[in-house]
Amino acid sequence: MNDLSEFYTDIIMEHSANSHNRHELFDETCSAHGHNPNCGDDITLHILYDGDKIKDLSFTGSGCAISQSSTSIMIDLLKGKSKAEANALIDLFVDMIDRKPLSNEQQKMLKEAMAFQNIQNMPARVKCALLAWKTLKQKIDE
Amino acid sequence: MNIGNIKRDFPIFENNDISYLDSAATSQKPKCVIDCIKNFYKNTNANAHRGAYGLSLQSSALLSNARHKVAKFLNAKYDEEIIFTKNSTEALNLIAQSYGNLAIKKGDEIVLSILEHHSMIVPFQNLAKHKSAELKFLYLDKNYQINEKEIEDKITSKTKIVGISTVSNALGIITDYQKIIDKAHSVGAVVVVDASQSIAHVPFDVKKTDADFVIFSAHKMYGPLGVGVLYGKKQLLEKMPPFLMGGDMIEYVYEDNTTFAPLPNKFEAGTMDVASISALEVAISYIESIGYENIEKVENELKIYLYQRLKNLPYIELYCSDDLQKQTGLVSFNVKGVHPHDVASILDMQGVCVRAGNHCAQPLLRWLGVNSTVRASVGIYNTKADIDRLILALEKVYQTFKKYI
Repeated sequence: MNDLSEFYTDIIMEHSANSHNRHELFDETCSAHGHNPNCGDDITLHILYDGDKIKDLSFTGSGCAISQSSTSIMIDLLKGKSKAEANALIDLFVDMIDRKPLSNEQQKMLKEAMAFQNIQNMPARVKCALLAWKTLKQKIDE
Repeated sequence: MNIGNIKRDFPIFENNDISYLDSAATSQKPKCVIDCIKNFYKNTNANAHRGAYGLSLQSSALLSNARHKVAKFLNAKYDEEIIFTKNSTEALNLIAQSYGNLAIKKGDEIVLSILEHHSMIVPFQNLAKHKSAELKFLYLDKNYQINEKEIEDKITSKTKIVGISTVSNALGIITDYQKIIDKAHSVGAVVVVDASQSIAHVPFDVKKTDADFVIFSAHKMYGPLGVGVLYGKKQLLEKMPPFLMGGDMIEYVYEDNTTFAPLPNKFEAGTMDVASISALEVAISYIESIGYENIEKVENELKIYLYQRLKNLPYIELYCSDDLQKQTGLVSFNVKGVHPHDVASILDMQGVCVRAGNHCAQPLLRWLGVNSTVRASVGIYNTKADIDRLILALEKVYQTFKKYI
């Protein structure tokens, strides 16, 4: 049996319940929709580019605490980054979820997103944690 | 009867310390069903209808014995009215494609209840689209019932097929399917009854109900995965074209033409899963050995206890009728302010198995204005202790989330 507090940490709960990133962007360049049909997580990322830079980023939608907090934490991490920087951090996040060993430096780069490092212990929720990151990467790569 | 003894019939509970409250998704299997499959492969395995040797003949006999058993179980007139499929979904696709293609013309109407599982909705929606027919839904009143007015308004002389579940897999509502069958027959429509959620709990009599088609899955009635049952009235099945083409469903095959085998083989193309079909026969015998009356008695007590305990928790929102007589031992609920998947994951950490999501009933949940729910459902092996464990685990969910709700 896993310890509940390992997953439902204050960081995750706070981002899920009261995210400052949960709103529309009226001047968005584009939006990206992500959906986990089996569990119903449904998010839309609102993106404002300034040239190559993600100048602003927000989200709307619904889902479990894991998917919603992961989305919000990703936005905090990637807002203001270039597309290439964002992609590199997304890859790093996916590596962490896949339990590939990360250096101390890399762990620091992921900041609060490290809260999901043990999500593999809750296999049913891995796709929830990954939803926003995969949705954004797909949009950037379009 | 001793409830504790029933749990002992199910080896899974010796090997897992769980409170299994997801029998609506699939039931656990008693030892006799598991042994049947094991013994088939140890002692009898051969392809039915293919060989002239002893084992193949035994395999063929197992298949026809099982068909006879299912026919008796449903009170069907003829054994060949029973077709084995791989699950309920395949049975419904067979009806929609084979009977639907035959019976539905442009402008005809197909009526389903909003309670239906995707396996009923999607094949008939597809049929309606292809035929330019209209798909209509029977909706629920405030007490989660399909009332008489709704039935009278929606089932008309244009209606050719009606699809109705005996019990909703998402809400546990018991429908008044007999009223719907009678109304449909009065306008000349054919009725497809999805008994998947009731067959493990109450009997179904095809003669008494006069249902035209009835489908269910073995795995929700203590039988194995991989077997569905389709009952169809003989005169309907006989005029229907085959669904899947191939081996064993033919009479003569020429380079340019094929004639088809009579019922039931016409609808059973390819090698059948005799082990599992035979295990379904054992599952039916197992249900009969306990007796539907005893099953109803045990499950009714569990149902009342489950609803009472949940109703006493102020943070729980229930989606059910006020009249418990209209509900089975399946309850849909939410912990207010907490996503059902978080609830299910936290319950899982405490050994409680429930379903969370839209229960393959997206139109119903959208109509109710709910994204998803948690669903707990009982089987004959459950005890009040399983429900106590659920309630304790829910309290843990509430304690974890209350600061943030």
